[in-house]
Amino acid sequence: MEPHLHRPSGALGGGRRDRAADFARGVPLLGWLFGALLAVLLESFFGRDLADFLDLPRVPVLFGFEYALNKPRLIPGTLAFLFLVYALPLLLGARLLRGPANRIARLLAARAPGVALLLHLAFLYGILHLWTEVSDYRLIVAKITLIAVMLTLSLNVVNGFMGEFSCSHPGFMALGAYAGSLVTIVGFTNSAMFGAALLPPALGPVFFPLALLLGGAVAAVGALAVAIPSFRTRGDYLAIISLAFTFIVKSLIENLEIVGGPRGLRGQPDWANLPVVFVCTVICVAMINQFVRSIYGLGLNAVRDNEMAAEAMTINTRRTKMVAFLFAAFWAGVAGVLFAHVLRYVNPGTFGLQQLAEVLAMMYFGGLNSVVGSIVGAVSINLLSEMLRPLEIWKWIFIPLLLILVMIFRPTGLIAFREFDPLAWIAPRDGNGSRERRENSGEGK
Amino acid sequence: MTALLRVEHLSHAFGGLKAVSDYHLELAPGEIRGLIGPNGAGKTTVFNLITGIYRPDEGRVLLEGKDLVGLAPYEIAARGLARTFQNMLLWRHMTVLEHIRVARWSKLRYGLAGAMFGTAARRREETEHEAAARRCLAFLGIEELASQKIANLPYGAQRKVEMARALATEPRILFLDEPTAGMNPEELVQMMEIIRRMRDELGLGIFLIEHRLRVVMELCRRVQALVFGEVIAEGSPEEIRNDPRVIEAYLGKEIVA
Repeated sequence: MEPHLHRPSGALGGGRRDRAADFARGVPLLGWLFGALLAVLLESFFGRDLADFLDLPRVPVLFGFEYALNKPRLIPGTLAFLFLVYALPLLLGARLLRGPANRIARLLAARAPGVALLLHLAFLYGILHLWTEVSDYRLIVAKITLIAVMLTLSLNVVNGFMGEFSCSHPGFMALGAYAGSLVTIVGFTNSAMFGAALLPPALGPVFFPLALLLGGAVAAVGALAVAIPSFRTRGDYLAIISLAFTFIVKSLIENLEIVGGPRGLRGQPDWANLPVVFVCTVICVAMINQFVRSIYGLGLNAVRDNEMAAEAMTINTRRTKMVAFLFAAFWAGVAGVLFAHVLRYVNPGTFGLQQLAEVLAMMYFGGLNSVVGSIVGAVSINLLSEMLRPLEIWKWIFIPLLLILVMIFRPTGLIAFREFDPLAWIAPRDGNGSRERRENSGEGK
Repeated sequence: MTALLRVEHLSHAFGGLKAVSDYHLELAPGEIRGLIGPNGAGKTTVFNLITGIYRPDEGRVLLEGKDLVGLAPYEIAARGLARTFQNMLLWRHMTVLEHIRVARWSKLRYGLAGAMFGTAARRREETEHEAAARRCLAFLGIEELASQKIANLPYGAQRKVEMARALATEPRILFLDEPTAGMNPEELVQMMEIIRRMRDELGLGIFLIEHRLRVVMELCRRVQALVFGEVIAEGSPEEIRNDPRVIEAYLGKEIVA
């Protein structure tokens, strides 16, 4: 649901379309969040009863795809459930509460934009929390999706904003995952491989941020190994060296018996809960967005579009590329630590070509050079891939087909080359103020 | 007038080909000099040698007495020697304002912490740089194009954007590589006026490569003629126009029967 990407009304005629557009335009983001909160509250209180009443085996975990694809007779019931529990409360809530939502949004935007942002995030977290309480599977999918957002966005810094083709993200992720896991397993758990905990497990949650930072730092050091030889040249060379890096990391870990070799590492403590993953994702998105909107970040675009001109306009291109590459690797490493602690098991096989293809697909699907694009791409491809699981092998025909279609009709991705201004997103939408904001933020288009 | 930029005994070879030999130049603030020569004479190579894209085999490039040879192009640019390119190396995915803002790179003080965490220093500096960028656009009379994508602009406007971008680095010396190439007569007059104003209002020392005789005649105080990497004549535009060696280089030797 994107309250802000609507076209001017009347483009295609039809009064109903106009009314829908007008309705969407008048509702601020806060209004949609109210609606979504209503929906998830409804689901957590009455979801099970309603599922029983509609003769469904359980509450549809991922919008009913998980069983409706195999049992078509359940489709009407699932649709009714989705309408009653999601669509209706969302639209009604947004509609009925848009007055107060606009007033609150206006008040906050005028007084304290920072507080307003935090409030929206808290709301979003609350919705996610209630939604994931329904089932453990849903919780894991949500966490993995958030991690995918971090991965996709950090890859976009290199491949989209800087325009190099890097294939080393799985390698960075593996370095982070193993570095972070070693800290937590050796330090805080009694494991068969590494013996008793070195530190009292109670200290663990305090040290977990350190493990995250360490994972990121190790990945960044690994990035240095790719960057130093390959940044003298451009294009294909970086692609090949970075691909080689991924394979080197993978086979290095496979051959290191001390970290379990091909069998992997298990028994990571359960510290990557939803709040931790959510906060990490928010920090990642915020930092990367700050970076790419600064003049330093614009320097990346200049290097991509013409390096010689960038150099002539006082940009230290070598340093710019290095910073962006290490920065991206750092976040891939952090995502790796979280990934290992969500699944509580890693093996080197995870960090191969499949992983690379997935994160590349999410990035190109969402859109190059776009923070929103990466978020949309990661969430949609990741959820789709989970939802289509019942299709088994057909899933790997359907998703690539979708990618091909996107590449034909929008070659740079769904939402490419667009600036992400969070303050414009949360602005009130009932007066003239919001429109001015939108025009200011429309520079990227 | 003392020379701000002084180039001495500059030579460069590509393999066995002597591209530039024993080139020299002096440029003072508020002065416009021209460089002419037939295609392939090495004019752009001279630009590239002085601005650090190529490293000269021999010779010195002194900006206020400090040698620039061996510095990276971005360092030379940051010391106040800006340039434009013959084929306008603009950044095709960026807006006009972004072009100008990013040219303020060497003036940034807030560092990576500011870039990633959005500190107060960053907000203050970015506001200043945006204002400076808009002043550059205003100087060239293209403020209204600020939010346009570069690819949507006509050729003349793109030339102006490239010039505004060079101005945003706050140069003292500006190298213009064929600033009027491909322009219609109206745009040509505008561009000459802009170059004059950069000299008079900003006090820049300007060195330009140009093919159009009219531009050279009206703007330049002194002109060099470069043929096969060597300066064969130097003087006022009038002298150069009548110099038999220059005429020979462009038109060939007159055969007197």
